Amino acid sequence: MTIDAWLTAAIADAERRGLPELKPLLETLARATTALRAADFNDHANADSPGRSGSPSGLGAGGSLR
Amino acid sequence: MLTIEEFGSRLRAREVTSAQVTHECLQRIEADNSRLNAFIRVTADDARRQAEEADRELAAGRDRGPLHGVPISIKDLLDVRGLPTTAASHVRDGHVASRDATSIAHLRQAGAVFVGKTNLHEFAFGTTNEDSAFGVARNPHDPSRSPGGSSGGSAASVAAGMALATIGTDTGGSIRIPAAACGIVGLKPSLGEVSIDGCVPLSGTLDHIGPLTQTVADASLVYHALLGDGHVTPPVPLPLHGVRLAIPRGYFFDVLDDEVKARFEEAVGRLHGAGVRFDEIEIHHTADIAPVYLHIVLADAAAYHASALEMMPERYTANVRIRLEMGRYVLAEDYVRALAGRDVLRREVDAALAQHDALMLPTLPIPAPTIGAATVAVGSKSEPVRNVMLRLTQPFNVTGHPAISIPSGLTAAGLPCAVQLVGCRMQTDALLKVALACEPQIAAGPFPRSGNVGG
Repeated sequence: MTIDAWLTAAIADAERRGLPELKPLLETLARATTALRAADFNDHANADSPGRSGSPSGLGAGGSLR
Repeated sequence: MLTIEEFGSRLRAREVTSAQVTHECLQRIEADNSRLNAFIRVTADDARRQAEEADRELAAGRDRGPLHGVPISIKDLLDVRGLPTTAASHVRDGHVASRDATSIAHLRQAGAVFVGKTNLHEFAFGTTNEDSAFGVARNPHDPSRSPGGSSGGSAASVAAGMALATIGTDTGGSIRIPAAACGIVGLKPSLGEVSIDGCVPLSGTLDHIGPLTQTVADASLVYHALLGDGHVTPPVPLPLHGVRLAIPRGYFFDVLDDEVKARFEEAVGRLHGAGVRFDEIEIHHTADIAPVYLHIVLADAAAYHASALEMMPERYTANVRIRLEMGRYVLAEDYVRALAGRDVLRREVDAALAQHDALMLPTLPIPAPTIGAATVAVGSKSEPVRNVMLRLTQPFNVTGHPAISIPSGLTAAGLPCAVQLVGCRMQTDALLKVALACEPQIAAGPFPRSGNVGG
């Protein structure tokens, strides 16, 4: 389900249930879901098989502060 | 107000009794609870009986350990047998706990005296304590300010000298945020260490139980009692020379009040002067923290509340009800993505700690906010209060690492600031050793003892 389709359906359902005040919260959730789906840790069926090495993404441990 | 360590020494030297100190706590409750609303229920008669029994036991040679006879308050999210567990909600009207939560049973076995159940943000679903069926809890440092949340009544009770320690819960920061806002110590142990049996859940996968106390040593004593190790003494602090701390810049310093930042940098300077070595590091994927947290906590909470939301929606406070309703719209595929993100973030923090004893960062980006404020100015920006209060604590609920908040001084207006130390997973004792060593440098300077704030 695309986020646009989900948001439209969710707002309609909330209004049907008498909860129109949910709309701005659902819009906030939609923005968070957009960010979540855009994260680079997501696996996709049409891409390479998932890696499971457990290694972090190149931690940048910098130099000494003091 | 005595620390638990001081109380224990004086109790065993026969200089004080549990009954005397419990009576003093009850007097403070009677004097200040109408102003602070820290307690939902005060169990004065039971507390006096428990304290007298503790004194009798000690006189007869039975010493239950460091918590013997210590007056403690309990967040009203945890079951204490024979008492209602309200979760600060009318949804729970009529409930009476038939048994103690596992953690509370351990405290009882350790000889703790229970003075009452403390106020909280309804169902622990908020950071300010403003949404409670029993009214707003207030900050002893400034009653026009929030004590933080969700364990706000708990933190206020210790800061105001109504108890020597308190038990809170922490799903996104609900121990550390109010500890920071009220100027006391708050420990979130490693995920899964302290049983959450008998605790009303917010998120069964993010919830933690832990202590709020006046000192790190006291936090260690209560933490071990919660585990069932009632006779353990505080660990020996690490020598500061050789301690290596990592400061995660970027996300963790992007939204930060100037005075909170100043108190943090002063603490860094003092620790450095005492021999601590610092490295600046970067933790990746920090942009994913809030989306990951939100999808997990909303879906977990919605699953628990779905039935009550259908049957008795009017019994919730309006704000909590509507946020719980939001969770009912999280899709399963996005929950799974959030769980995957949680694994990634956990590995990032593990790696950040691989060559350090702890991470060091502020606990709460702002001083305690004014009650009723929806937004707060941070630098030149206006930020939503809830988002900014969760910003620096929720990462370690997602990852499960133990974290402790230690007071680091006051703003010019007299509001507490705090520093957070984060340790390796399942190594809470190692974190406590670092915290014990760092505490005198972090908390240096004049700072009001509990019971001497407000008034």
